[in-house]
Amino acid sequence: MPQMADINFNIIMPELALLMFSFIIFMFAPLVRKQSAGMLVALIGVIVAIVFAFSGWNNPQGGYFGMVIADNFAVMAKIIFLLACGTAILLSHDYLNRLNLNRPEYYGLMLLSTIGMMIMASSTNLMVIFLGLEIMSLPLYVLAGFNRGNLKSNESAAKYFFMGAFASGFFLYGIALVYGGTGTTDLYNILSRTDTALVSNGIYLTVGAVLILVGFGFKIAAFPFHTWVPDVYTGAPTPVTAFFSVGPKAAGIIALLRIFMIGFAGMQDIFTIVFWLLAVFTMTIGNVLAVMQNDVKRMLAYSSIAHAGYLLVALTAGGAEAISAALYYLLAYGFFNMGAFAMVIIIEGKNGGSNHLSTYKGLVSKHPWLAVFLALFMFSLAGFPPTAGFVGKFYVFSAAVKAGFVWLVVLAVINSLISVFYYLKPLKMAFFEKPEDIGPEAEAEERSLKVAPLVALAIIITAIGTLGLGIIPESFIKLTTESIFAML
Amino acid sequence: MDSWILTIVTFLPLLGTFFILLVPKDHHQSIRHSALFFSLMTFIASLCLLARYDYYALGMQFEVNLPWISQFGIGYHLGIDGMSLLLILLTTFLTTIAILSTFSAIKESVKGFYISLLILETGMIGVFCALDLFMFYVFWEVMLVPMYFLIGVWGGARRMYAAIKFVLFTMVGSLLMLVAILVIYFQYHTMTGEYTLDLLKITAMNLPANLQLWLFAAFGLAFVIKVPMWPFHTWLPDAHVEAPTAGSVILAGVLLKMGTYGFLRFCLPLFPIATFEFMPLISVLAVIGIIYGALVAMVQKDIKSLVAFSSVSHMGFVMLGMMALNEQGMTGSIIQMINHGISTGALFLLVGMIYERRHTRLISEYGGLAGKVPVYSTFFMIVMLSSIGVPGTNGFVGEFLILLGTWSYNKVYAVLGASGVIFAACYMLWMYQRVFYGKITKPANEKLTDINLREKIVLIPLVIMIFWIGFYPKPFFRIIEPSVKTIINQVEAGRAAYEAYKDNQDGTLVVQDISETIPDTE
Repeated sequence: MPQMADINFNIIMPELALLMFSFIIFMFAPLVRKQSAGMLVALIGVIVAIVFAFSGWNNPQGGYFGMVIADNFAVMAKIIFLLACGTAILLSHDYLNRLNLNRPEYYGLMLLSTIGMMIMASSTNLMVIFLGLEIMSLPLYVLAGFNRGNLKSNESAAKYFFMGAFASGFFLYGIALVYGGTGTTDLYNILSRTDTALVSNGIYLTVGAVLILVGFGFKIAAFPFHTWVPDVYTGAPTPVTAFFSVGPKAAGIIALLRIFMIGFAGMQDIFTIVFWLLAVFTMTIGNVLAVMQNDVKRMLAYSSIAHAGYLLVALTAGGAEAISAALYYLLAYGFFNMGAFAMVIIIEGKNGGSNHLSTYKGLVSKHPWLAVFLALFMFSLAGFPPTAGFVGKFYVFSAAVKAGFVWLVVLAVINSLISVFYYLKPLKMAFFEKPEDIGPEAEAEERSLKVAPLVALAIIITAIGTLGLGIIPESFIKLTTESIFAML
Repeated sequence: MDSWILTIVTFLPLLGTFFILLVPKDHHQSIRHSALFFSLMTFIASLCLLARYDYYALGMQFEVNLPWISQFGIGYHLGIDGMSLLLILLTTFLTTIAILSTFSAIKESVKGFYISLLILETGMIGVFCALDLFMFYVFWEVMLVPMYFLIGVWGGARRMYAAIKFVLFTMVGSLLMLVAILVIYFQYHTMTGEYTLDLLKITAMNLPANLQLWLFAAFGLAFVIKVPMWPFHTWLPDAHVEAPTAGSVILAGVLLKMGTYGFLRFCLPLFPIATFEFMPLISVLAVIGIIYGALVAMVQKDIKSLVAFSSVSHMGFVMLGMMALNEQGMTGSIIQMINHGISTGALFLLVGMIYERRHTRLISEYGGLAGKVPVYSTFFMIVMLSSIGVPGTNGFVGEFLILLGTWSYNKVYAVLGASGVIFAACYMLWMYQRVFYGKITKPANEKLTDINLREKIVLIPLVIMIFWIGFYPKPFFRIIEPSVKTIINQVEAGRAAYEAYKDNQDGTLVVQDISETIPDTE
């Protein structure tokens, strides 16, 4: 076994692979102005990285003076990010063509951002987590504004940048205070020094931890730091929105799990209450505001806030069970949320960029298969069996009941009930309403529109994931229960 | 073979949906025939259950128990006793008839309609044979999805409102039931050290009294909404009136029974102490439901909503008989579940037939039909009499036993309940008089044609069942007798504990916060 202080390339192979492929894209992007080529390279990169990541399963290693760690938890997190990234890439190709954005560097930015997430997941040191956070965020600011000709996209990028900068500031200041309180940025050292630090200069440690939570609150869109979400999500190109709603959120939750289950585990009493409140308000705000939306993309933006709330329920519960439940939920959420956005992308393409609910009218008569998949993803988002959404919620809620938070779970199920109302709205339009009369020619044209093969592939992958995690969850639960922190 | 037959019955309709998916969507006739074929095969398979069923054995039969999600102790656990057997037979029987009845009524999105119906059938059978709380919950929720589409796509004018109302009402109860299931799950673990959601294991355990009250309330809410009992019934008239005929038949015939089945299978055996505590409340609600449903039915202008409100009244009888907690009452209650499925299902079919011809269901639009469509009128008469509970029909057997059982438990409830029978005669006969007798006032009714051969084939089995249960109910009693005995024993086992509990509380009930009773397992 290599020493902790060693340079250990094994544990950063997935990141290195992605880095190499993103550099290839950036190097050749000015020469080969073909986004298809960029997409191909990026996809290969993701697959290679998945292979490398999986090779580290059940072989926890550390390195770089204990700053980087590749335990099962990190591997599982990386798989989630890479799946989200891969699906987003599949969804992007057709979309960029549609917007005439023939620029391969898009994919390079996506890979870079994923590297940042992977670093966040595989570190037990606050500084390195911060590094990962920045590497993740910077490409995302660019991606949000990638549709340069579009005012909304620009607005989205600017808003996201300012909010992201604030979040980073809070996070960094938090790290500084924690360092002031304990003299270290290593999570295990923070844990062992918590008791003495709380006695001597507890204010630094506590305030520092709160500020770190605030920083992540922005990233995962928890109440009251969620206000940027609707505008940023609506303005950004839709595949980027899909990526936003899964990737950075998952990265934030995973980093929070590591930080609060290890580093600040000594202050659990205080933070349980904080997480309890955050979870309740985040779920409720997300769901209640989503009910009022008439734009499906915006509705999904609010719904992603609500899902952050469900994940916070797992964080409140704490313990090994909750970590496993949160990972399972993230994996499931990655599949069905990506799938839902895939439907938005297709339907948006069929009617010139509008996402209004009325554009879903009569979908079933024109494209029955699209309507069926829309139903699958919406029912999964709402948590109906036999889909991934149901098992995910069952797992998270059972972890919370086990930890004694029965009333929190009651509030969470009431929220699920509210969510059913708005998730069924697009389905009501698609199945129950008659299609709008647009004249026989336009209709014939619309009927003849085909779904791009790559988008279809993305839908098939997400649909299989959504049903698979719902019907045969056993092997996936086995994976997530084995995804534990390793202490080296 | 015996252990797989239940799986086959449950999933055969689902297999049928895959088959129908392959049929081109314009081949309406082939889609209809394959749907009928698969539902008929399911019915035959369920008859095999009946043939191989051991009448004298106590406990569950045809059991399968395989691990499904082993980390959670969740199993693929199916099994039936007499009560579930009858309900499964009712389901497969009514689904077949409902499918046959829709051959001319459904002309749009034919493929989707039959796929929804068959998925619904799988969900319903699954609910009646699941012996694992997780599986039960999965089937319970799955069944909402096809019903949502059945009401929403093929329903009447206010179908969208009715569809979402149906889903949200059911979800309110079922989500709280999910929390209760989780609480039971961890309570079982703290008491025995094992994680399981197996119903039979959990039934064998005595839950603490305080916890039982909360859990009964959570489960009970889900079931009470489904039954539906007054005042949770408001979704029912909307859903019934807006749903297509086949949807109403299934909804009234089978879906409502899930609520009462839930009480008998889960609430009573799992929470006997709480059952005694809630018994008076539920009985009172049942009596109110009987009278309220009947009175509101009396003033309906629409035949279908009249039948819908009569369901509220009839299901009140089922709950009243069950809560008497004696053998007559409970037997009557289960028989009445079957009766209501047959009679009300038949009434909805009959209303659907006339609606197809005249496209209205308003009583005032009819009058004098008896001379015009004699066969139809005769069928309607028989079914209506069975719904009222005239001796010689199935309704009499059920209601008589229920009132008998209730009499020995509480005479006031029995008297008030019996008034419901009189009201039923009022609203049904009055409606019959206005629709079938007198002179023909509307010219459109002159051209009405009597029912055709297919419609007769649909109705005749139902009429046979009406008279069979009416004249010779003994085979049915024999099937349900062991179930009734088992349930009563399970509940009576809690009586001593209940009295001790009441003494401890000095007559007042102090309900504790349930989170205190779940120790931290970390």
